[in-house]
Parts: sequence; structure tokens; C-alpha cells
Amino acid sequence: MGMNTMRRSAALAAALMVLVAACGDDDAGGDPTAIDCVPGQVDGNLNFYNWSEYMDPDLITEFETQYGVDVIESYYESNEAMLSQIQAGVAYDLIVPSDYMVKIMIDEGLAFKLDKGALTNYANLAEEFRTQPYDPTGDYSVAYQYGTTGLGVNLELVGDAFVPSWALVFDPELTAGFAGGVSLLNDPRETMGAALEYLGYSLNDVTLEHLEEAAQVIKDARPGIATFDSDQYDENLANGEVAVAHGYSGNMIVAIGETENPDNFVYVLPEEGATLWIDNLVIPTISTAPCTAHTFIDFLLNAENGAQLTNWNYYGSPNAASTPFLDQEVVDFYAATLEADTEVITDTGDYEINFTDLFAEAKS
Amino acid sequence: MSVVTGVRPKSPAERLLAGNAWLVFAFFYAPIVVLVVFSFNANENVGIWTEPSLRWYREVFRDEAVMGALRNSLIVAAISTTVATILGTMAALALERFRFRGQRVYDGLLYLPIIIPEVTMAVMLLLFFAQGFQWLDSAIGWSPTFGIGTISLSHIAFNISFVTVVVRARLGQLDPRLEEAAADLYATRWQAFRRVTLPLILPGVAGGALLALTLSLDDVVITNFVAGPGSTTLPVYVFGLVRRGVTPLINAVSVIMLAASMVLVAVSFGFQRGSHGRVPNSTTEDG
Repeated sequence: MGMNTMRRSAALAAALMVLVAACGDDDAGGDPTAIDCVPGQVDGNLNFYNWSEYMDPDLITEFETQYGVDVIESYYESNEAMLSQIQAGVAYDLIVPSDYMVKIMIDEGLAFKLDKGALTNYANLAEEFRTQPYDPTGDYSVAYQYGTTGLGVNLELVGDAFVPSWALVFDPELTAGFAGGVSLLNDPRETMGAALEYLGYSLNDVTLEHLEEAAQVIKDARPGIATFDSDQYDENLANGEVAVAHGYSGNMIVAIGETENPDNFVYVLPEEGATLWIDNLVIPTISTAPCTAHTFIDFLLNAENGAQLTNWNYYGSPNAASTPFLDQEVVDFYAATLEADTEVITDTGDYEINFTDLFAEAKS
Repeated sequence: MSVVTGVRPKSPAERLLAGNAWLVFAFFYAPIVVLVVFSFNANENVGIWTEPSLRWYREVFRDEAVMGALRNSLIVAAISTTVATILGTMAALALERFRFRGQRVYDGLLYLPIIIPEVTMAVMLLLFFAQGFQWLDSAIGWSPTFGIGTISLSHIAFNISFVTVVVRARLGQLDPRLEEAAADLYATRWQAFRRVTLPLILPGVAGGALLALTLSLDDVVITNFVAGPGSTTLPVYVFGLVRRGVTPLINAVSVIMLAASMVLVAVSFGFQRGSHGRVPNSTTEDG
């Protein structure tokens, strides 16, 4: 038995060494080169790598008939797995990384510099989505869809006269009056970030004293917090089990829309500020059809196509020109976002552990 | 055992055991019952019951992306199960019936896919394929791409170990004298294998194949890394869906997969009973 275990450990160690050696040998990518495309140009079929249920199949069909190319859509379930595939050189032409992943891909030289000359509809993109901290010049990415993290409020349990503030979940005197209490996301960055915003700091603040203050806010709020939950908060809100739920816009809009009386609920972004996330279209340098990818991006930037996409997946649309064609429900739901003081969560590197540790301590 | 055979438990200890058995069953099956019931729910929210409906089953079959992913999963499962079962059975036979140089090392290495973390194996396979394809391209000008092929090869790679373990367990119980008797009666090696060994280890082979099939249909991590354009499998697709919250669509897909697994298990039980019938005087059960 001992011999067996030893042999296995040796084999495992050998395997890990091979792995480490292979990882160090970084020959993927190459320099992000500028590309020259003509509007409407196609240079091959499009391998589109996207999240599940994120793209209207009718739009794909329309693009295929209009430009005479095939679009092969594949799906991934994490930014990280997608990144390693691109690094290994799997030839996708268009990908949809989230905000922080765009920065990583730019830094690693995995993204093409877009040819804005080929994007005739680029002006349709709302001004505030053209540049973001993860892509300060807006040269590498075009916003695809966005969402926010805010508060779903049950008006029957909270009343109509409330101030949209993080106090709705963090002020124990206020939450003591809510039947069922409130639910907070079980996510260090989101919930610590909310507490930081409540205190008037940035949600990306890494100052240790500020993080400790934020943890104290969560600790003090515990009597009114029914649960820390990231999976069922939307249902608990719709069921009336909690009065206020901290959660993602994409789930909230679906949950509220399915209730018997959607007017009983409202989704608000706290006035102190809230989280914004943006998924983006990026053309990896490994692409073999970068011009088809440009044409596809331009196709989605078209006002009516952009609206069709949003009416299908019900996330926020960065396509300002598409607003007249959007379902009123989506327009109303996301109306607050553009006026609100929102911020994208950035990767704080070594400081992430402070968020995790202090959050774990605050909720235990 | 008395609990299973239906004898009414008398002593408190036996009662406790019976209670425990039921508790274990409830623990296993209650979540499945909830999953199945809520797959027939009309509501978009997975936990709020409104009325019974087949809405989500209709959506599963109408959703081209889901059906495409299901097709990919079935192709990969069929290929990887067939190849892994053949290779795994051969490996088990080699290890149990023959002595050769490096056998102990081979034996130990065979278990590697079972013991190393899945994500480690996923990254290794991804790098292996990437480097291998580059080498093939420069050596003979042939550059294969990631897709169904790479997923199938990866599933074969981890399934061989599982099939080998199951088949070896069965082979270990087998009386070697049966094969010797066949040899005494002038059966060639192949005839002895075909007429004696294979029928006796068939339940093990079938069990290994079913395990391989299930593992292949379930795999997310490795598949996610070695997939290529147009080869998304059902578990990867479903996992991606969770990003927008759990919808009853996932319940419906799960119930369909659950039903398929139960049919497979039933088939395997039938198989084992059938093969016992064919070899009534087998001494294998005496161990």
C-alpha cells in the first residue's frame, strides 16, 4: 500500500512538472496587429464563441443569408476556460469576454485592434460604453450587453416612500421594519463593494481600513439580513419571503416579470453607486476570418438588430440607437442605469483575498 | 440484510438501521423528486409553482442550440464508450493474465486519470493537443482542429482507467482454472477468450461501458477545455445557462438525461441477469 501510494505520488509529481513546463512555454498569441477590413467584407465562415442563450438564433440566420457565410456558434461557461482555449490557439473568430477578461486579453496580446473604419454603425454605441477602464481607448472591444447589481424591492412590504440607497439593506433600524428581512449576495466583491459604496468609497477601494469599515457595516446589519444568497434571491423576492433583495438585473427582470403583479416590485440602483458589468465583442488574434467578425459586429451595432438582440435576451443594450425599437419593459428596467453612478468591478490582484477574508468574517 | 429481505425488524438496533436506510433513500431521492416535479412547472422561476405544463419540454425540443449540444454529446459518448471499453478491457486482461516488463509502472500509471484533479487533466490535454497539432502541421503539413475529435480522444483517455478498474474486479473473481480447462480441451487462446472468458466477464465489461457512457455524458471541465468550434456538448451548454439563473429548462434537460440513465441501468441489470442465465454452473459467485 505504501509502495503504491509512493508510486502514485511520483507519477503525479512527474505529470505536474510536465504541466508546469508546458505552461511556461508561452508561444500562443503574437502581437496584436491592426487589421484592414472594408465595411461588409467577409473572409470566411464565422466561428462565434459565446455564452449559452445569449444570441437570438434568428439574427444568426439573417446574417448568414445576408452575407452568404456560415456562423458556427459554440458556447462556454467560464471566462477562464475560454481564455485558455484562445491561448492554446483554438481558432475562434469572435468571442464575448466579460469586462475584466478584456483587460487580460489585451495585456496578453490576444485581441485584434479593431478597424473602426469597417464599423459603419459604431456611432450607434452609447458614448458611456465606448471606453471603459478595462479598454481605456476602446480600440479592442465593442460592448455587447450589460447588466447591473442593485436592489429588488417589494413595495407591499417596504412601502412606496423609500430612498433608493444601500441603507435599505445595511441600516439595521430600517431593515428591522421589513417583514422577512433582506437578502444579500453571497459574493465578497459584490457585497463588500456595496458596503464600500454605502460608506462613500469606490467599490474597487483596496485600503485595508476602508475594507474593515465595510466589513463592520455588514456585521452591524446582520440582524436585518435574512440570508446571504446568490442563487435563489430572485425567487425569494418574488415569493415575498424577503422584502429587499440584493442581486443581478438579468435575474431580477425575469423574476419580477413572472410574478402575478409585477407592479408590486421595483428594481433600483442605490444613489451611492452600484456595480455595472459589461460583456464585450472581441476578435482574437488567432481568428482566421477577422473581417467577417468585423462585419458581424457592425451587423449587431445596427439599431434594429441591436434591439432584436436585447428583446431576445433581456439584458441592457449599449446600443443607444436601438432604444426606439426596444420592448418598453426593458427600457424602463434599465432607464436608471445610465443616470446612476455605476462602476465596473476591476481585478484587484493580491487584494482580492482581503475582500474574501473580511467578508467571510463579517457574515459568520 | 434482514431489512432488505423484508423480515420485520424487532430489536431497537434493527429499527434504527431500518430508519437509517429510509433516511438515506430520502436523502438520495428527495432532490430528484423535486427536480422532476418542478420540470413540469409553467413558471419561469424554478422555485415558484404556478401550474403543471409541458412548456419547458417543448422549449428543450424546439431549442436548436440545446438539440445541437445533445447531438454532440451523444456522438462523443458513443465514440468514447466504444473505444474506451475495448481498450480498457484489453488493458485489464493484460494486467490480470500476463506478466510483462514494466507491468507495475503501467498498473500505477493507469490510475492517473482517476486520481489527478480534473482541471489538471483538462489543461494537460489542451496543451498536448495544441503542441501536437503544431508539430503535425510543421512535420507533415496536416493541421487538425479542435472539435468532436479532440473531445472524444480526451474522454477515451480518462474512460480507459475506469473501464479497466471495473473489468479487473470481475476478472479477479474469475477462476483461472476455467481457462485452463478450455486449454486442456484444445481451445486456442482466442477460442478460450471468445467462448469462456468473455461471456463470464461480460457483466463487468457492460458495467464498465455504462460507467464510461455516464462519465462522458456528464463531463464539463475537460470538455470545456478541449472543445472546438461547433462542438459544444450538453453539460457545458447547461452549465453556461446557470449564469442567467436556474430556469426550469435545466430541470427538463436533467429529467430527460435522468430518464436516459435509468433506461441504461435497467438494460445493464437485464444484461447481467441474462448472462448469469447462460452460464448457470459458473463458479464465479463463490469468489
